Amino acid sequence: MQFGFLLEQVVNGLVLGGYYLLIALGLSLIFSVGGVVNLAHGAFYALGAYFSLEITNYLGFGPAVVISPIAVAMLGILFERYILRRFYTADPILSLLVTFGLAMVAEQAIRIIWGASPLPASIPPMFRGSVILGDFLFSRYRVMLLAVVAVVLLAVWLLLNKTSFGRVVRAGIQRPDMVAALGIRLQPYMTAVVMLGVGMAAMGGAFFAPITIVHPAMGAEIITVAFVVVVIGGLGSFWGVVIAALLVGVVRGITIHFLPAAGEASIYVLMFLVLLVRPRGLLGERIEKFE
Amino acid sequence: MTRFNRRTLLKASAAFAGASTLGFPAISYGQAEKIKIGHLTPLTGFLGALGAYAQLGMRMAVEEINQAGGVMGRQLDVMSEDSVNPATAATKAQRMLEQDGALVLMGETNSASALTIMQVAARNKKLFIQTGARSDALRGKNCNRYAFHTDIPNTVMVNAVGKALLRDNMVKDKKFFGLTADYIFGHDLLAAAKRFFAANQGNLIGDELIATDVTDFSPYLLKIRQAKPDVVCSNLAGNQVTTLIKQYAEFGLPYPIVGFNLNTADAWAAGEGNLAGIWPTVWYHTLDLPASKTFVDNFTKRNGKPPDNHAWIEYVAFKIMAQAMNETKSTDTDTLIGYFEKETQFDILKARKAYFRAWDHQLVQEAYTFSPKPKGQAKDKWDLITLGAAVPNANEPMEVLNPTKEQNPCSL
Repeated sequence: MQFGFLLEQVVNGLVLGGYYLLIALGLSLIFSVGGVVNLAHGAFYALGAYFSLEITNYLGFGPAVVISPIAVAMLGILFERYILRRFYTADPILSLLVTFGLAMVAEQAIRIIWGASPLPASIPPMFRGSVILGDFLFSRYRVMLLAVVAVVLLAVWLLLNKTSFGRVVRAGIQRPDMVAALGIRLQPYMTAVVMLGVGMAAMGGAFFAPITIVHPAMGAEIITVAFVVVVIGGLGSFWGVVIAALLVGVVRGITIHFLPAAGEASIYVLMFLVLLVRPRGLLGERIEKFE
Repeated sequence: MTRFNRRTLLKASAAFAGASTLGFPAISYGQAEKIKIGHLTPLTGFLGALGAYAQLGMRMAVEEINQAGGVMGRQLDVMSEDSVNPATAATKAQRMLEQDGALVLMGETNSASALTIMQVAARNKKLFIQTGARSDALRGKNCNRYAFHTDIPNTVMVNAVGKALLRDNMVKDKKFFGLTADYIFGHDLLAAAKRFFAANQGNLIGDELIATDVTDFSPYLLKIRQAKPDVVCSNLAGNQVTTLIKQYAEFGLPYPIVGFNLNTADAWAAGEGNLAGIWPTVWYHTLDLPASKTFVDNFTKRNGKPPDNHAWIEYVAFKIMAQAMNETKSTDTDTLIGYFEKETQFDILKARKAYFRAWDHQLVQEAYTFSPKPKGQAKDKWDLITLGAAVPNANEPMEVLNPTKEQNPCSL
C-alpha cells in the first residue's frame, strides 16, 4: 500500500509538472532566442489569470481560457517591440533590471486596477470533483489541464521542429550570426517567440486561476519555480525543460510524502545537485552565445 | 493703486518683522501639534490582502476622529507602512518612534512581525496596540507591559469552533488530520487545537506543517486521503486557507473540513461553492446590530465594498486609542497603560462591550462561528456565510473562551 501511495504522489507530481511547464517553456524560449532573462514573465502569468476572470464574467470559462492568452500575447508584441528589443545585444544586467522593474510595475498596476484583495474564481461545474482510477485519485480539473498542456506541448514541438518558422528559431538559438549571414532577420521571429512565450504563461494563469489564489503577487510566486525548472532543464533544450518540469513536480511530491518539512526546499536541492553534476542543465546544449 | 513712500515702506517692513518675531510664533504655538501614530501592517505577501483592508478601516477611523475635532483638540497624523517581514517591521517601528516622532505604535496582522514590534515598543517604553495578530504567545509567554492585543487569540478561535463541534458531536473519538501554517501563529494554533482535542477525546492522527508560500496543496490532499481521517482541520493562515479551500473543493475529498482560523477577505476569495465547514471569526459585516450596521454602511459608501474583520478591528482599535487619550487627556504611555489596565469598557460595535484584561492585556470580547450559506441564498458576492450566535452566551462571562491564568504563562 505504501508503494501505491508513493505512486499516487508521483503521478500527481507529473500533473503539477505539466503546469510548471506552461510557464517555464516560454521563459526558456525567450532566453534561448533573445538571451534575455525575462523576470517579467510572472507578470504575464498574473495578467492571464486576471484577464480570464474578467472574460469569464461575460463569456464563461471556455472562451476566457482562449481569449485571455491571446490578449496577453498581443501585449507581448508591445513588450517585445518597445522594451525587450533594445536589450538583446546589451549587457544582460540591463535586461534583468528592466524586466524586474516591469514585473514590479505590473504588480502595482494590477493592485491599482483590481485591488489588493484576491479575486474569487471557481472551477466550472463540469470539471469539479475527482476521478478515481484504480487506486489513484485525480482531480478532474487537473486531468483536463494535463490534456491541455499535452496538446500545447505537441503544438509547440511541431512548430519548432516541423515548420520553416521553427527551423529559423532553432538556428537562431544556436548560430544567430549564421542566420544573419544567410540574410534572415531574426527580429520578427523574436516577436513571435515572445508572443508564444508570454501567451503560454497567460494560459497557465488562466487555467490555474480556479485552483490557486488570484492576487497581485501571484506572478512573483511562480517565477522562482519556473526559473528552477529552466535551470535544471538546461538552456535551449525543449525536452530538457519538459523533463525538468516533470521532475520538479515529482520530487516535490515524493519529498512531501516522506519529509513534508523539506517539500518546498527539495526543488532547490534538486537544482543544486543538477548544477553540481551538470552545470549546463540536464539537456542543455553547448551554446556559444552563453559560454 | 496706492504708492508707498520710503517711510511708509520702512514702517510697514518694521511692523512686519516685529509681527514675524512676536506674532507668528504665538500663532504656531496656538496650533496644537499633531499626535503622530506609527501604523504597520503587511501589504504584501500571504497576509497582504488583510493589511489592505486594515488600512481602509484605519483611514476611516482617523478621518472620523479628526473631523470630530481630533484627540484633545489635536489632529491624528498616522504614518502607515507595509511591515513586510518581522525584521523590517522592527526596523520601521524603531524608526517611527525614534525619528518620526510617533507616540504610539498600532497595527499588524502577522504574529511573527507583531512579536518583533512588541519588543521595539518595550525597549522604547512606548505603547503598541496590536490589532490583528492572534498567536497566544504574544499575550502569553511573550507578553509585555507595553503591548495590548485587540484581536481574539488562537485559544478563543479554537474554543469557539470547538463548542460548535462538541454540539454537533464531531470531536469525541473522531480522527482529525491537521494542516498547519509553518510559523509562530500556526504552531501556536496547533498547540491550542491539541489542548482542545486532548480535553475532549479527539484524536489528531496526522498533521502537516505547510510553508506560507505554498500554492499547491495536492500532495498534502493525497496524504489526507491516505490517512482517512473523520475530520480535516485547518490551522493555516492568510491566503493559505483560500488555497486549501479551493483545492479541497477541487479534489472533492469526502471528509468534512473545519478550521480554527479564517479571515473574511480570504473566505470571499475562495469563490462561490468552495467554502465548507465551520470556522471562527471575530466580527462579520452582516452582524445584526445598529452600531455595526452604521459602520458597515459608511465603510461601504466610502470604499465600494463591505469591511472585512481586519478593517473592523483597525477601526475599533483606533477608536479605543482615541477614547483613551481623550479621557485621560494624555498621550503618556504609563497613563494610557493605567487607563487600559483599569479594565475600562469599550464599545466595539458588538452586543457586549469589551475590555483589556489587566493581567495579559487581551481585549476580552464576544466571538462568532460561521458556516457557508447554502447555494443560491447569498444576496451578493460578500454574503457567502451565515454567522452563528455570539459566543459565549449572554449569561456566561466573556472570559470563558480565553486562556485561563493557569493556561497562560504571561506575567507582566
